[in-house]
Amino acid sequence: MSETVRQRPPVDRRTEGPAPLAPARSTRTPLGWWRNPWRRPYILATATWMYIAWSLLPVLIAIGISFSAGRSNAVWQGFSTQWWWGHPKSDPTGALFVSPELHAALIQSLRLSFLTMFVAVPIGVAFAIGISRWRGPAPAGANFLMLFSFVIPEIIIGISMFLFFTYLLKFVHLGTGAQLLSLVTYQVSYPVIIVRARMLSIGKEYEEAATDLGASPTQAIRRVLLPLLYPAILVSFVLVFADTIDDFITVRYLSGGASTEPLSVKIYNFSRGTLTPAINAAATFLLVSTLVIALLGVFLYRRITRGQRAEGQEMTGYLT
Amino acid sequence: MRVLPRRRSREEASGAWYPRWYWPGFALPGTLWMLVLFVLPFYVVVSVAFGTVDPIFQSPLPVYQPWWWTKTYLLEEWHLVTGEFRPVEVRTIVYVVLATAICLVIAYAVAYYVARFGGKRKGLFLALLIAPFFISYLMRMLSWVELLQLNGYVNSVLTFLHLTPHPINWLDGVPFTVVIGLVYGYIPYMILPLYGFLDRIDQSQLEAGRDLGASRFWTFVRVTLPLSKPGILASLVIVTLPMFGDYYTNNLLSGSPKTTMFGNLLDNSMEATGQGPRAAILVLFLIIFLMIPMLYYMRETAKAQRNQ
Repeated sequence: MSETVRQRPPVDRRTEGPAPLAPARSTRTPLGWWRNPWRRPYILATATWMYIAWSLLPVLIAIGISFSAGRSNAVWQGFSTQWWWGHPKSDPTGALFVSPELHAALIQSLRLSFLTMFVAVPIGVAFAIGISRWRGPAPAGANFLMLFSFVIPEIIIGISMFLFFTYLLKFVHLGTGAQLLSLVTYQVSYPVIIVRARMLSIGKEYEEAATDLGASPTQAIRRVLLPLLYPAILVSFVLVFADTIDDFITVRYLSGGASTEPLSVKIYNFSRGTLTPAINAAATFLLVSTLVIALLGVFLYRRITRGQRAEGQEMTGYLT
Repeated sequence: MRVLPRRRSREEASGAWYPRWYWPGFALPGTLWMLVLFVLPFYVVVSVAFGTVDPIFQSPLPVYQPWWWTKTYLLEEWHLVTGEFRPVEVRTIVYVVLATAICLVIAYAVAYYVARFGGKRKGLFLALLIAPFFISYLMRMLSWVELLQLNGYVNSVLTFLHLTPHPINWLDGVPFTVVIGLVYGYIPYMILPLYGFLDRIDQSQLEAGRDLGASRFWTFVRVTLPLSKPGILASLVIVTLPMFGDYYTNNLLSGSPKTTMFGNLLDNSMEATGQGPRAAILVLFLIIFLMIPMLYYMRETAKAQRNQ
């Protein structure tokens, strides 16, 4: 581009007169429509809406099928809640809240997600605070470990944890303990990444102002830094919960038997065999519990940030 | 009058004074956790990979002392990896590259539209783009398994429109299904980082490009694309690395040996006992392979930071 500008002979506008107007183009013809710089981006808009439909419609259909009256999970055969609560006329053992197997798995799912959330987030937040202020080569190494655990395929964590608990740490039996330890290892990087990004954007000024005004370092963290970090911490809680309750890859190898398999593993195991709408009900249940936690997060976020929320700085900002 | 010596506290000299252990203390639990439960398990993986095998049960016996490590089983697996498993590896790379490319095209278009033309609807768009994050991967795959069945809705629509004379068996080892399944599974993780970077691009830089005579197309190629390069790289890392270990998409949508990927080899070696240290060795190979794009990414980001 720069070459063409340089090659163009200089024009003396004082002698040549004003530059000729660009030829008027009609925007009615197809070519003119295409060239119109103020044209709305119809193609991109269509692509975006098609993508959104593609990404969400199948899930809505799957949710609908969980309320189907038939045994098929391919077509909806009338409304019923028999795959949720069972129905006296049909076989009740397959329903989500009735079948003892699915019910136990549901409890295990919720237990693992809450435990992971409450272990991983505090460790991750403290780590993020420490690593942002601690100078030297050691924090860079620790941070690399965190990022590495974030991007490697989950199956690697699953297999290495399985070998670890089978051969070295034998006193941790496969089951809830092993599942929890590996889930926390895999999830702890979420709060670290989110809180660190937030700390970078906050900067050190507020803390320094607090200590200049006489606060001790601990007071400065508790009364100044932590309140500023609350939104990021909330987002971490929600994300860790959402990701844990869906997790089946790490957990699958570490379940000590059918009794400690969470719902996600059950869904995976069933979906390779014969499917019934009860599996749809189970997956919908996972979705609903995630949504409840997310809505709770949004509600708390609004309460915490009332008055200090900048325009356009919404919860979604943390995810990008 | 006697001048009082000004009391100089250490706080005054450089903001607040922190004990040396103060900040490391915060990072200590996380660091210890990662050392014990992330680094140590890898050492166990290495010990199993270089270890021996129980002669009767064929179960691996890890050897923790590096001076007693043997390479026997490692070399055995290496022969398989360079020989028998070759088609699986080639297939994995082809699938991952195809799926990533499709992901990138769609994700870039969507992220670009929302970042530049979202306008008042940006919040709605973001909510819709974030929604898949909260829907489990299983649920999203499951819904496709149901749609693609022989009597599923996809086939009924296709036969209704007379596009196919009889229903297609999509779930029986069709590579197309697996690749599109991978795209479907991973694309949300690509759109959001891309959106983050595209949204931060200063609109006035695009206007400057147009003012200096570049067409729409060249403004995009010469201004937008270079500015979004870090976002593209980051999203490629986030999406591509996990895809190399993916076995579940393939298992759910195909389950046929015609579409086996490297992740399936790992999963199969875990499910069947008596294969010796194969799982550990394959994990080791996968990690070494994934280090290449990871190190490239870190070099690129370091370079970009230095240039700033």
